[in-house]
This record gives sequence, structure tokens and C-alpha cells, in this order.
Amino acid sequence: MKPWIAFWNILLKDMRTYYLKPPNISWGLIFPLAWTGMFFIKSGSGLDGILALLPGVVAISILFGTTSMLAVTVTFEKKHRSFERLLLAPIPLELLMLAKTGGAILFGVANAFVPVIMAAFLVDLSQVNWAPFIGAVILIAMASTFLGLFIAVAVSEVFEAQTFSNFFRFPMIFLCGLFFPIADLPALLRPLAYLLPLTYGADVLHGAVHGGHALPVALDLIILSGFCLGLFAISLGNVRRRWIS
Amino acid sequence: MSDAIIVEGLAKRFAEVEAVAGISFRVRQGELFGFLGPNGSGKSTTINLLTGLARPDAGAIRLGGIDCRHRPGAAQHLIGVVPDESNLYPELSGFDNLCFCAALYGMAKRERETRARELLADFGLSDAAGRRFSGWSKGMKRKLTIAAGIIHRPAILFLDEPTTGIDVASARQVRQLIADLHRGGTTIFLTTHYIEEAERLCDRIAFIVSGRIVRIDTLEQLLKPLQGGQVVRIAYDTTLNGIENGLDGAFPGRSFTCPEPGVIRVEADGPVRVGAIVRFLEEQGIEVAEARRIRPSLEEIFVRVTGIEADVMQRERGKP
Repeated sequence: MKPWIAFWNILLKDMRTYYLKPPNISWGLIFPLAWTGMFFIKSGSGLDGILALLPGVVAISILFGTTSMLAVTVTFEKKHRSFERLLLAPIPLELLMLAKTGGAILFGVANAFVPVIMAAFLVDLSQVNWAPFIGAVILIAMASTFLGLFIAVAVSEVFEAQTFSNFFRFPMIFLCGLFFPIADLPALLRPLAYLLPLTYGADVLHGAVHGGHALPVALDLIILSGFCLGLFAISLGNVRRRWIS
Repeated sequence: MSDAIIVEGLAKRFAEVEAVAGISFRVRQGELFGFLGPNGSGKSTTINLLTGLARPDAGAIRLGGIDCRHRPGAAQHLIGVVPDESNLYPELSGFDNLCFCAALYGMAKRERETRARELLADFGLSDAAGRRFSGWSKGMKRKLTIAAGIIHRPAILFLDEPTTGIDVASARQVRQLIADLHRGGTTIFLTTHYIEEAERLCDRIAFIVSGRIVRIDTLEQLLKPLQGGQVVRIAYDTTLNGIENGLDGAFPGRSFTCPEPGVIRVEADGPVRVGAIVRFLEEQGIEVAEARRIRPSLEEIFVRVTGIEADVMQRERGKP
């Protein structure tokens, strides 16, 4: 038995079946473009404002791409019982869920670079510190995907997955410091911001693009990794409890 | 011959419902074992427990000698599962579905493509191989689902209601495929609520009712009590109550029951003289529409053992 064959084929099948479909590719392009345009026009700060908006748009592109796609695809497969086929395969559940989430993580990372490529045509990105930027993009994609998995296991209908995703996503966007500094939030909401994985990802992205971190980069990345592991472990536990009970 | 499946004291409860109530049985290697019971009797739950899709509350499961209670998932490479509805991927072609299922069992690319082509040919699906699965007929879908279940050549195959919801011709083909797999030496665990399907295919049959196994035996042994006796079904046009009491008095040693209005069922350990009974009924002013001997069948035994009328099972055919 070679579990990596199963892993690779689940990942490939999901990429082909769900992520590389024209509607999803166009969504991946239009969504970041729309957000960039909206904030760009609203800020009225000219081309220099693009650099300030870039971390936020990158993070939103990842968050919306991954959570929706994974929550919907897993819920869809569970409802049509094709997910049972995967659960019956002789591969560890951890590897199976990594294969299922792998496609969404790659999709999220690809989505992140759409606004970056767009920005590259308009502003000078030479001062961006790419190592932490890429690290943050990957970890945000993983955390968002595992959040999508957590949502998928908690619901039974596709429409519930969408609604439940928004319950997490919208508060996260406005509380994580992407568009409004955490220091400017009401004192009551500030502790809440530090309970959100995107807060740490946004801090790394801000620092990588225009300097100035609230927390050390390493600490941000470690906490973000902790969120990834925690969400994955909770989701695995929920799969075992709800789907193989 | 060793046992491919050993189940002892298996139990599963969902809230207030006792889905499987401490059942025990063994399936020998190469045997086609039937699990016969009405909807909701615990057949699918038993399959889920045996295949690892559900965890038992109590009991032991051994598949191919592997203790699955303490090592859940350890026997997955030995088993193939065909669920009661086709659960392949609608957006993939038939060929791609089979290749994907083979990959789940670690088969290399060339091997899985060769095997997929071989199965598509064996199941008469080669012409549709490149078409999306979503466009296939129900019968074709069911056949491909069986092919996907055996793509990795499992030693034990679980078939959950394999002919439910498909047309007569497709059902016949599926039964033929199951018989061929059995001849090829695969151990098959088949759940069904079609009595005639169990009778036609199975080496041994378990009757399951409300999560309990009420009888397990070979078809021959199950039918033995009926072989010396006879059963006659008499249909009449008049609606009369208590006619069976009059018959009991006139024909001692025979058992008369009314399974439904306008029908009398006669059972006896020896020959039944149908003419005498019909004459007696006509003398009582009853117009007999039909009188026929019923061949000793599994249906008779099922009705006797479980108390569930065969027509209850028949009606369930149309249910999802």
C-alpha cells in the first residue's frame, strides 16, 4: 500500500474537479480586483495607497477563496456520500484530510498572488520582504482552509456552509487589523482580535510590505502555525465524532 | 475453511433506537452470506459497523483475522464496499472514476488503467467509459459502483441492497455479476430485502428484524420444515369474517389463516386436498376465485420465522 498515491490523486482530483474550473478561476481574479478597486477609490490616496491596501486584499482573497471552497466541496461530497468512499480507503484519516485540504490551500496561495501581480504593474514592490510575506500567505491559506474544514464538519447542507463561513469571515476581516488598526478598536473588542488567526497573518503581511510589526514576525508565525494545528486537530476530532461515530 | 468475517455481540444504539442488538455470526471464506430483513431492521448499520464507517458500542469484529474493534481501519485494504446508492463522482467519467477509486488503494497508474478497462469490459460499460457519470442510467451507475467496489480485488465484498431502485434487466445483470464474483472466490456479505434475491444467490441467510438476528442457516436447512408439507392460497370474492374457524372444524390437522381480506392460507404437514376445501367453501355460499399451491420457498420460512408478511417486504421495494 502506497498512501502517497491516494494522497496525490485526491489532491489532483479536487484540483481538476473543483478549483481549476473557469468560474473559480474567474472568481479568484475578479474578487481581489473588486476589493482592490473598492478600497483604492475609497482611500483616494493615489497609487501609493495600493501598497497600504495590498496586505488586506491579499488576506481577504485567501480567506474568501479557501473557506468557501473547502466548506462547500466537503459538504457536497458528504451529502452525496462520495466522501464515504474516501473514509473507506486504507489511508490514515490525517492524510486523507490533508489531501482534501491541500487543493484549497494551493488555491488560496494562488489567489493571494493575483493582487500581488496586479500591484506589481502599478507600484514598486522592491521593498517587500518576500520571505515572511510568502510564509504568512501559506499559513493564512492553511488556517483559512482548516477553518473551512471545521465549518464543513459542523454543517450538513451546502447553504449552511456558506452562511456559517460568513459568520467567521466578516468579523475577522474587520477585527484583525487589516483595514483598521487594532489599537483603534474599542477596548472591549481588542482582546477578541487576538483570538483570530488572521490578526497574526495580517501583522506579518503589513510588516513585510511596509515595515512595522505589532509582534515579532517569528511569534506571529508560531501563533499562526498553532492556529493551523489546533483547527486541524479539532476538525479531525469532529470528523471522527460526527462522521465515524 | 476459515472464517472471513467473525462478529460477536455487536451492538449499536442511536439515541433511543437500538439499531443493532448484540448480533453474532460468522461468514466463511468464499461464502455468499445474505442479510435479509425489512427497511430499518439494522442491515445498513451492520454494514457500516463492519466496514468502519461507524463504531460499535459493544462487540467484536474480525475481518480476515484482523481485530477491527481495536484496530479500526486496519482491514480496509481487504474489503470492498458497494453502498445502497451509487456514490461515485458525477463530474468524472466512468473510466476516471474507476482509476480514482483504484488510486485510493495505492494502485500504480498503469495497473489502475489496465484494471479499469478490464472491469469496464467485463461489466459491458466500455462504450460509456468516457462519458460523465452523471449522465449514466441508474442500472449503469449501479454496475460501475460495483466495479469500483472490486477494483482493488478485495477478499471480502460488502453489497448493500445492490438491486434496489434499478430496472428488472439491470437487476438481473447485477445478480449475474454477483454470482460471477462468488464463483471467483470472493467472500460476499449481501444485504437485501428482496426475498427471492437472497434465495437465488446466497449460500447462507440470516433473517434480521429490529436489530436482532432471528435465524441463520443454509437455504436447504431453512426450507427443510416445509418440504414434507404444503401451502395453498385460496382467494374468494365474498367478504366473510371467521370463515377460517369453520374450516378448522371441517378439516382437522390443517392450519387456516386469513393473511388479508378475501384470502385464506392453508398449511399442512402432508398433502392438502384443494378440491374438498373449495367444495366446502362453495357450500357455504362463498365464490372461490382462485386456489393454488404455493411452492415451498424462503418467503414462507421468512413469514413463519419473523412474523413479517412477504408483501411488507414487497411494498418496500419502491421505497428509497
